[in-house]
Amino acid sequence: MTASFDFVLSLGDDALIAAQRLGEWTSRAPEMEEDIALANIALDQLGAARLLLTYAGELEGAGRDEDALAYLRDDREFRNCLLVELPNGDFAVTMAKLFFLSAYQLPLYTALAGCSDERLAAIGAKARKESAYHLDHSALWVKRLGDGTDESHRRMQAAIDEVWPYTHELFAADPAAPVDPATLRAEFDATVSAVFDEATLARPAAGWTPGGGRDGVHTEHLSFLLAEMQVLHRAHPGAKW
Amino acid sequence: MTEQSPLWEVFVRARRGLSHTHVGSLHAPDAELALRNARDLYTRRQEGVSIWVVPAGAITASSPDEKDAFFDPAADKVYRHPTFYEVPDGVAHL
Amino acid sequence: MDRYAALGGIHLRGVIQVTGLRRSAAFTGSGQPVTEGVAGFLLHPLVSSVESCNTGLMYGNDFSAPDDAPGGGLLGEVEAAEVALREAAARARRGGPAPEEDLEAYFVDVIDADQKIEPRDWMPEAYRKTLIRQIAQHAHSEIIGMQPEGNWISRAPSLKRKAILLAKVQDEAGHGLYLYAAAETLGISRDELVELLLNGRQKYSSIFNYPTLTWADVGAIGWLVDGAAIVNQVPLCRCSYGPYARAMIRVCKEESFHQRQGYEILHTLAHGTPGQKAMAQDAVDRWWYPSLAMFGPPDGDSTHSAQSMAWKIKRFSNDELRQRFVDMCVQQAEILGLTLPDPDLRWNDDRRAYDYTQPDYDELMQVIKGNGPCNRQRMEHRRRAHADGAWVREAAAAYAAKRAEQKEKVAA
Repeated sequence: MTASFDFVLSLGDDALIAAQRLGEWTSRAPEMEEDIALANIALDQLGAARLLLTYAGELEGAGRDEDALAYLRDDREFRNCLLVELPNGDFAVTMAKLFFLSAYQLPLYTALAGCSDERLAAIGAKARKESAYHLDHSALWVKRLGDGTDESHRRMQAAIDEVWPYTHELFAADPAAPVDPATLRAEFDATVSAVFDEATLARPAAGWTPGGGRDGVHTEHLSFLLAEMQVLHRAHPGAKW
Repeated sequence: MTEQSPLWEVFVRARRGLSHTHVGSLHAPDAELALRNARDLYTRRQEGVSIWVVPAGAITASSPDEKDAFFDPAADKVYRHPTFYEVPDGVAHL
Repeated sequence: MDRYAALGGIHLRGVIQVTGLRRSAAFTGSGQPVTEGVAGFLLHPLVSSVESCNTGLMYGNDFSAPDDAPGGGLLGEVEAAEVALREAAARARRGGPAPEEDLEAYFVDVIDADQKIEPRDWMPEAYRKTLIRQIAQHAHSEIIGMQPEGNWISRAPSLKRKAILLAKVQDEAGHGLYLYAAAETLGISRDELVELLLNGRQKYSSIFNYPTLTWADVGAIGWLVDGAAIVNQVPLCRCSYGPYARAMIRVCKEESFHQRQGYEILHTLAHGTPGQKAMAQDAVDRWWYPSLAMFGPPDGDSTHSAQSMAWKIKRFSNDELRQRFVDMCVQQAEILGLTLPDPDLRWNDDRRAYDYTQPDYDELMQVIKGNGPCNRQRMEHRRRAHADGAWVREAAAAYAAKRAEQKEKVAA
């Protein structure tokens, strides 16, 4: 069974927007070694985005390649989750975002690696190894910040509280998809709980559950992100780079 | 300013069949981070390697070629230099 | 985590000769295999004679004999330096100095034999200080140099370009770390060096105090700035100080892709729309003279002694390196179809070299003094990153201390 354009597009957009945000850290990380790590993760996400968007373009069959999809759509046409478009905030917020994203992407890509869409399975097989590294890296920092100093604990808890509501959107049921995101929730919860415990962080209470990204209804942040990302490409219509 | 995080010496097995070779050093607050950082810094262009990280302070050096201590800070630490390690031809550009 | 798989090929076939083509099937966005030339091909084999010595403002200079470059070009020279390093190591000399031997004479003896000085060897204090200053300045340049190009990561005009640029800027962070590690073998800590940068007591290359106003500037930096840096750096692979020489071999091998990506960006723009070509020409117009200034003041005004030459830290004069760079760029500019902004640039058959207009050295001195367009911005950016990260570094240290304590308790 072949995946739908919308489904592949949403995966690609998640990865693309995550890469764009992570790239903003370049030359700004708390330590030079971390600058390199964040760039590695950004490159992984960007690599996955390119594969996924290219495939989405082929599924659509309208002649759009990765760049047409990345640079020539407006924010209402993007299908990424809200989580990835949130501003970077401090290092704790960035790690919270990455932790939740990779705790979702790892089981997702792992499941996709076994799906019947061969192309998507190949992408999933490659990307899951990368996601495992992202999860490892972000969990490592969530623990250090959570159980570090008083200040870092306060910041990490605040970051978790701020970002947590945006995780619910990741698991909205989509029974028609090659992998229904709703089935990934249990593994995500287990991963997150274990790290929270070790990091001495409290799991935020359920409540507000913002969503809409998969339908193209985003936060105000995405339009700004796209304005910056797309400005040069759009200023030279049809040009090659 | 915070206290500088400790120095770690990094050893990499570039390929199966080779022994671990010293490739350089880095700073990290603990072993787990040192290992991650070593991977990011010293194996950016390579897969399938095994990495050791060793606290520089835990290494005792004995080398008749070296004349000891005209400066103190490095006297108890061994080679903290980045070297390069063998890679198959052209792999640097993969 | 193979980032280069994500980059797509860098295609320059038909533009300049690519030797040693190597093919590897990598998973790229387009599903195409990555094809890259491996041997250096932008830099011609460097031919020169040894003359006077001056200290370059940025990286110092120390050229190898041209005969030693088997593959020709940049990577050929780097490989030759690597071979020479191994050969020197294999020539098993005597051991350390005899108990009564004069240390200075021993040191000179090692250098004269083209052997490497290693971290715990005795060395003159001035040698150590010269190296610390030079290596630190080089490391700082890599770290500050991330900013002008990093400025375009978010706006890169295609996903492939974005990936290449991210990887390139990341490499610069890596090079900075290799170099800080090399400097640390001389008995100074990275924290101290970072502090010297942040409080302005150590410098970085002045070139990074110029702004990147358009996308073409990313290309111009790769072609001209990285090109000039390479002219300075390749000889450092033969520096007498082992850790620095080894770090530079590693850096130069990785750098070979930087200059290529810049050149390719400019080539694409120069053969694109009129607007793109104008953008490329404008960038070359702005970066040409600052790139020439990277080699430092003219020899007559350069203050450093022949000592660095005797120590085999560097060997070639600023003007000599600058000339070599100009001679290399002329043909490359022609292939790009772009004009170097110097009406007096012409071949001099007597000198077997191009005559060219000198950069504005008064401007260079102003930039060094802190009055370049971006000095304040670059320093503020670095200081802010360092300050903003303090709580994270503290947290990691506190966490490590807690874990160590717990371990001790368990052991007891």
